[in-house]
Amino acid sequence: MTVSPDLDRRFRDAAVHLDLVDVGFDVVDSPIGPLLVAASGQGVAAISFRTDPDAQLDRLARIAGPRVLRSGKAIAPARRELDEYFHGERRGFDLPLDLRGLAPFTVSVLRELARVPYGETTTYGALAAQVGHPRAARAVGTVMNRNRIPIVLPCHRVVGSTGALTGYAGGLDVKQALLELEGAR
Amino acid sequence: MMQAVAIPPFERFYEEHRTEVLRLLRKRLGAERAEDAFQETFLRALRAYGRLHHAEHLRAWVLTIAHNVALDTLRRTRPTDELVEAQSTDHRPAYAELADLTDGLAPKERAAVVLRYGYDLSYEQIASALGSSPDAARQATSTGVRRIRRRIAS
Repeated sequence: MTVSPDLDRRFRDAAVHLDLVDVGFDVVDSPIGPLLVAASGQGVAAISFRTDPDAQLDRLARIAGPRVLRSGKAIAPARRELDEYFHGERRGFDLPLDLRGLAPFTVSVLRELARVPYGETTTYGALAAQVGHPRAARAVGTVMNRNRIPIVLPCHRVVGSTGALTGYAGGLDVKQALLELEGAR
Repeated sequence: MMQAVAIPPFERFYEEHRTEVLRLLRKRLGAERAEDAFQETFLRALRAYGRLHHAEHLRAWVLTIAHNVALDTLRRTRPTDELVEAQSTDHRPAYAELADLTDGLAPKERAAVVLRYGYDLSYEQIASALGSSPDAARQATSTGVRRIRRRIAS
């Protein structure tokens, strides 16, 4: 005796509808492969290229609380904006973000990162200078490396001072693909 | 922080126990009523989940919730079953049993339901008791029963 998909979905929808979930997540398809997208009441909390939910549940619980539940309804606004972005119909995201638990330096770097325009690139050093720590390019690199909301927070637009792509959580080919989508390369 | 780690993410808890919870509820309530009770069980669990202090006995905990939901469901729905049965088999629930159930109905509907199912009066008899027509008595009775059903279902 198993729980039917319909019953399962009704419970998940009701849980989100009643606002009983700390963080909801689902796996969405995209041209750069499946993405695990998570959102709390505060906003988008995580986007991951690693989509095996079991590996992500504990991480999401640490970010937002133990009431983690898979639900398409919980991430519907994020899915819609991501779809528009990947179809070339959206150049900036209007989604609120959940940056709870991040260090103040990290938050200030990510806020600055969010201002890097669609289709343009910047460097780790330039970002570091913009947050008032011109010698902290390495630290900025670490923030990019750990960016838990890639794509929406466009760390793919940050490259080395020589213009080299340097690195990306989703792989360099994905970074390249995103920049091409935006017409940056 | 240690406590937060000890309690599994709800998704894992739900996946681990949902089949057993549904099995218990079907056994107690039948397949149809078990579905609403299933949803109610895990919504109750979710409401309390953030306040749990440890992750011990989670299985016993959720089965206890399911058990309570089943009891609530039986308590709420048994009288309607009898009501439906009364229509077909002329079984008479006592007036007292109908009192709670009809509480909150409009006075005329309440009287009609009680006289029909509590005292097994005909619609003619109810009509003369209420000073209305048999059709109006039948109407008031069925409206009352519909309201009770809706309230129980919600």
